[in-house]
Amino acid sequence: MTERQKEAQKKMNQMKVEFAAISENEAFARLTAAAFLSRLDPTVDELTEIKTAVSEAVSNAVIHGYGGGSLEQSVVLSCEYDEGGTVKLIIEDGGAGISDIEQARRPLFTTGSPEERSGMGFTVMESFMDRVLVESEEGKGTRVTLIKTLDISYGA
Amino acid sequence: MRTEFEITDNILIVKLSGEIDHHEAAEIRNEIDSTYSVFGSKHMILDFSQVSFVDSSGIGVVMGRYNKVKEKGGSILIAGCSEYLRTILFLSGIFTIIEESASAEEGILLLKQRSVAEKEGEEETGKTAGDEKDGGK
Repeated sequence: MTERQKEAQKKMNQMKVEFAAISENEAFARLTAAAFLSRLDPTVDELTEIKTAVSEAVSNAVIHGYGGGSLEQSVVLSCEYDEGGTVKLIIEDGGAGISDIEQARRPLFTTGSPEERSGMGFTVMESFMDRVLVESEEGKGTRVTLIKTLDISYGA
Repeated sequence: MRTEFEITDNILIVKLSGEIDHHEAAEIRNEIDSTYSVFGSKHMILDFSQVSFVDSSGIGVVMGRYNKVKEKGGSILIAGCSEYLRTILFLSGIFTIIEESASAEEGILLLKQRSVAEKEGEEETGKTAGDEKDGGK
């Protein structure tokens, strides 16, 4: 890492939104993340990838964390980026939690009906982001951290 | 999000549009299934060319429709995939069981040619397909 990159990392911008844990808000969450990151001038591909990953994580919170959704409970989306173009998104819920994270991340694994759920949520997140961290405690909730460094070498 | 349908012979063409996420997918599934059964179509083409966003819910939509169409002995095609959608579908291995065509029009031609070939192969007398319109290339 060069000195310049180190310097850039110090300058962080961040935001945090909390919204009702219902499926209608999946679109709100991914569009909010995209709007917040627009100042980094991401490519269309990068933006699509980030929106997809956020959509997967929020869908998981609604479907699995809150058993299909709950107006009384909420999902928190926080996002930060540095001037080096590294983006970190955190999707947190206070729902059911995941008993076996390794199993949940496996492609095609789903606790839902195979007709409706593809079991590919985490696989999609992993393939579109640089890093995907999952922390969860049963009965307490789940926090998914998505990290991606944008290619901003042409910018600024 | 609204889904439009077209019917050509026994093929139901499903023109998906807008954003397909977990929220929208439920309605899209119902719309497709009821239209498919009301019109008694056999084959199905899922046209994604007007879709601006899909997450893994799209995989569920495709897989579920594949099962329905297969029950009726029909074929299903995916048309108008963007590079990005192809990545998502590829991850799930869908392309090992479902074919892709560049456009809905191309898919119609492919399905029609195939059903003509099947009829000719199976029964010489069963010329029931009528005039196959060759809608150009």
